[in-house]
Amino acid sequence: MYSHLLPEFVVERREDRCIRCRACERQCPNGVHVYDSDLDTMFSLEENCVGCQRCAVICPTNALSVRHHPAEYRKNSSWTRDRFQNLKKQAETGGVVLTGSGNDKSYRIYWDHLVLNASQVTNPSIDPLREPMELKTFIGRKPDTLKINMEDGEPRVESELHPNLELETPIVFSAMSYGAISYRAYKSLARAAKESGTLFNTGEGGLPAEMRAEFGSNAVVQCASGRFGVDKDYLNSAAMLEIKIGQGAKPGIGGHLPGEKVAEHIAVTRMIPRGTDALSPAPQHDIYSIEDLSMLIYALKEATNYEKPVSVKVAAVHNVAAIASGIVRAGADIVAIDGLRGGTGAAPLATRDNVGIPMELALAAVDKRLRDEGIRNKCSILAASGIRCSSDVIKAIALGADAVYIGTAALVAMGCTLCQKCYTGKCAWGICTQDPYLVKRLNPEISTQRLVNLLSGWSHEIKEMLGGMGINAVESLRGNREHLRGIGLQEWELNTLGVKGAGE
Amino acid sequence: MIDNRKIESERFLPDKDIENCGLFGVMNTSGTRFGGEMAINAIKNMKVRGNGLGGGFAIYGLYPQYKDYYALHVMYENKNDEAKKNAEQFLHENFYVVYDEEIPTNPEVDVFCPPLVWRYFITPHKKEINGVSEDEYVISRVMDMNKYMQDVYVFSSGKDMGVFKGVGFPEEIADYFMLDKLYEGHIWTVHSRFPTNTPGWWGGAHPFSILDWTVVHNGEISSYGTNRRFLELHNFYCTLYTDTEVMAYAVDLLMRRQKLPIEVVSKIFAPPMWNSIKYMKEREKQLYTTLRMVYAPLLMNGPFTVVIANQEEMIGLTDRIRLRPITAGAKDDFVFLSSEEGAIRYVCPDLELAWTPPGGEPVVARLNSKDHLKSLNKSV
Amino acid sequence: MNELNLKFGFRDNFLEGVRQPEELEQFVKTCGQQAEIDAQNLRHKEINDLIRDTAKRQIKHIILRNVCGHRYIGTRLSNSEGETVKIDVYNYAGNDLGVFLDGHHINVYGNAQDGVGNTMNSGEIVVHGKAADVAAMSMRGGKVFIRDNVGYRAAIHMKEYKDKVPVLVIGGTAQDFFGEYMAGGKVILLGLNLKEGEMHRANYIGTGMHGGVIYLRGNVKDSQLGKEVGIRPLDEEDKEIVEKYVKEYCSHFNCDPGEILNSEFKKLLPVSSRPYGKIYAY
Repeated sequence: MYSHLLPEFVVERREDRCIRCRACERQCPNGVHVYDSDLDTMFSLEENCVGCQRCAVICPTNALSVRHHPAEYRKNSSWTRDRFQNLKKQAETGGVVLTGSGNDKSYRIYWDHLVLNASQVTNPSIDPLREPMELKTFIGRKPDTLKINMEDGEPRVESELHPNLELETPIVFSAMSYGAISYRAYKSLARAAKESGTLFNTGEGGLPAEMRAEFGSNAVVQCASGRFGVDKDYLNSAAMLEIKIGQGAKPGIGGHLPGEKVAEHIAVTRMIPRGTDALSPAPQHDIYSIEDLSMLIYALKEATNYEKPVSVKVAAVHNVAAIASGIVRAGADIVAIDGLRGGTGAAPLATRDNVGIPMELALAAVDKRLRDEGIRNKCSILAASGIRCSSDVIKAIALGADAVYIGTAALVAMGCTLCQKCYTGKCAWGICTQDPYLVKRLNPEISTQRLVNLLSGWSHEIKEMLGGMGINAVESLRGNREHLRGIGLQEWELNTLGVKGAGE
Repeated sequence: MIDNRKIESERFLPDKDIENCGLFGVMNTSGTRFGGEMAINAIKNMKVRGNGLGGGFAIYGLYPQYKDYYALHVMYENKNDEAKKNAEQFLHENFYVVYDEEIPTNPEVDVFCPPLVWRYFITPHKKEINGVSEDEYVISRVMDMNKYMQDVYVFSSGKDMGVFKGVGFPEEIADYFMLDKLYEGHIWTVHSRFPTNTPGWWGGAHPFSILDWTVVHNGEISSYGTNRRFLELHNFYCTLYTDTEVMAYAVDLLMRRQKLPIEVVSKIFAPPMWNSIKYMKEREKQLYTTLRMVYAPLLMNGPFTVVIANQEEMIGLTDRIRLRPITAGAKDDFVFLSSEEGAIRYVCPDLELAWTPPGGEPVVARLNSKDHLKSLNKSV
Repeated sequence: MNELNLKFGFRDNFLEGVRQPEELEQFVKTCGQQAEIDAQNLRHKEINDLIRDTAKRQIKHIILRNVCGHRYIGTRLSNSEGETVKIDVYNYAGNDLGVFLDGHHINVYGNAQDGVGNTMNSGEIVVHGKAADVAAMSMRGGKVFIRDNVGYRAAIHMKEYKDKVPVLVIGGTAQDFFGEYMAGGKVILLGLNLKEGEMHRANYIGTGMHGGVIYLRGNVKDSQLGKEVGIRPLDEEDKEIVEKYVKEYCSHFNCDPGEILNSEFKKLLPVSSRPYGKIYAY
């Protein structure tokens, strides 16, 4: 452990309530709670506490509360407590400071500065409980026009279409690999996606062979820089392929799954020896430019006989609009954009907190650019990062997304409390860990149901809001920025988002 | 073309173009002129490296009958007659125009919104004007036209050479200008573009040229902003916001103005790593340390392959860790440079030599020399 | 940008104008169990459509003539019934030759370009010539033999898994970043075309290497090696491995293994299976 660090959290135990059941001790993977049998007392090693709140919610007598430690350095706006602590850790190790989950800095969250429209008088709002309300969404490349032949007076489609996928709701689980998260968490996502008629994304950790027959048709499989578990069976088992170029939490860098997380089944799925580091290089070494991307897109299409749509996922960076245009022209059917607040299992803190741009601005810029170039229908846009609620989803769709990816929200639904310690492999909630003792905490039936509930709750809310706008099919809101207004935004921000200010 | 707001703040500079592509060059080192068949077929073979948003050719030894005159190729956007009148008036005021004509095109070929394209063979009234050399005078007048004249764009201004470019796949541009039927030269370079901005602007295609230097380029230079600011110190102001433009100005600065040999210039663009310099002999160590120190802002960081040409030379170069491909080939007096070997083989089935130069090592094909073989020894 | 108010829109460089396999029958000549495809005027997808359809007709030996930069040869073929196809390529295979290859055999009688055997799963690729950059990238199984040289980043991120141990044998020399990021597999660099006393010129050999092994014939300086790599002499088991694959190499390219095996080999190994385990502050 580190010396000279203040504890992050204080554990308060109400002695009058504590019954010495030692549940907290068993539940804490970080060894915070210790029982002294001689004194018959529970002690807290607070320096180990990560603030995951597992003990607090497990405690049968509500004896525990975990809160930020009150100890303070002298107040300093520049040298904040975080900076102190991180600097001291580095002084001690010479290492790169790691973190998990998404950017927690106070960059502007544009969702919170956009408001939605509703119908009043001039057209009727629609009640989704009784009237039809459609969220079905097709993602993939669309032709500019159809060739229709009249046969015996009946029109028939002649054109061959590019492969498209049908989603019952425009919400897709984003890439979380088996290895980063536990098998139970991973499978819960797959089952929930299947039950809800949407997709889950395997990340780059492969798709376990025994899941392919059942869940393949709901799987987005990634081909990332590590190429873990990527072979023709894997590619052909999926509904959609995704080339991962970048991730919002760590644009421009690779990933290291430490050897201790590579247990037997993970090793089999990733097709690497057990216990070795799974290193994902920063770039894909066969993609150093846009025409190389085109080469891999068509390599994947060749490998799957042109039967599956191919998505390309990029982190939202400064010139994301130009990049997206290149991706579409390179042959991708779907462009996925992952913004500044996208989550991760592990990323260097400096990168997570400082690289990339907010997804709202990126999405608006990409949608506009593709429209300006006349190629918007050549692809679908999947927007990812920091989607917290149904209104974020609907605002993303109004800004131009075809569907959204949710990652963090799905984890929270399963129990995650964003303690940001995913990289330690000691997730007390059994999500982001491979420790057999910890993974058992996640009941796959319950977590599947929670995910299904989340999607149905959000979908219902989306229907309510759509109905309020007098729209009964989600496609009528797509890119329909007339239904958005900005509040508290500057001129350039409104321009980039392409929305009017409230009242304008 | 130029947004006046950019003078107020760099914030309003346009986004840089991302331009990856396929490129190809062929030279006859004895100076024998040949037709465009090889260049056209080779780039057609690499069609998937472009996206149909731009293609172009540079041809040297193009106008032997006017080889003492600067050949201006000018496009008039929107077929703007008024613009043409203004431009011609400007040319007549500043130059002696010996001959001009519309560049012949094939109306049968369907291309996207072609501009009117005209060529002028010109020479300045005096050898030296206010102490400025002919070359500098031509450059500055051409830059004035490109900067200030609406709908006018001069895209080629060298002697005995010319650039032909436009929107479409390169073979369509070749058909449109009937390159294979009408022209011969001793160097042909060609570029198939995969850009991500200004779709539909003919001037945005490549090659980029400045006098008789042309550059075709594949890659994205991450050091663009640093390079551009350094060039501004030397009065090169970028107007196209492309890596190619920066590369061309840097070549012009170092090779034409500062008279550095390409062997040195290539080590400025793609210098050895400090770790390699550490193990060099003293004299080399000093050379490379000094080059890196003085020309640090011209290190072209990030992936690139370029084919640079002038009347005498065709040069191929990649970045220092060879992130973009290049293959060189040779047969008799012909030297080839290409993004893919297949394209060379396609147009020259009985190729004698094919080699892959290491990153940062130039392949220099020179008239009446075998200099290109120098790089062979360092290659695989 | 233009007075006609037209948008440039989309040009499909890969699929535009691609013909249906039915229209291409004249390019295929079948003779018993063998078929010949003339690639001269075929696009990338067209040739692979024809290879797929030919293999579906139970033809196990396909000869491709006039190949010049055609991509993805062998990729489309499935291997669901374990039936493999042999493809002979004349002469110049394009990028991503055999990418994701699953059990099939490809001979190239000429040079290959970038990405030979990229993410290959099983099978064999034999190149009677040289290969360009990223040969055997992320390869997981099968064998690749390159008679002459390879370009940058050969064997990058090659990895092994249980009984799948990829093998890359190179007759000539390699350029920089050879074996970068290697996580498994066996790579043999023979340097047969080096002159007496000439060293391999590749720099950054095995940088980031954390698995697998490189057997190297000829000399390199320590400064050419990545810091994650150590040099060891060959033990008996290594010698057997080298002998086995050198003999295979020689049988493909008709040369004498005796002479090659008599020279000294070095073994390059990663010094740690976790080169980056210590760079983080948790």
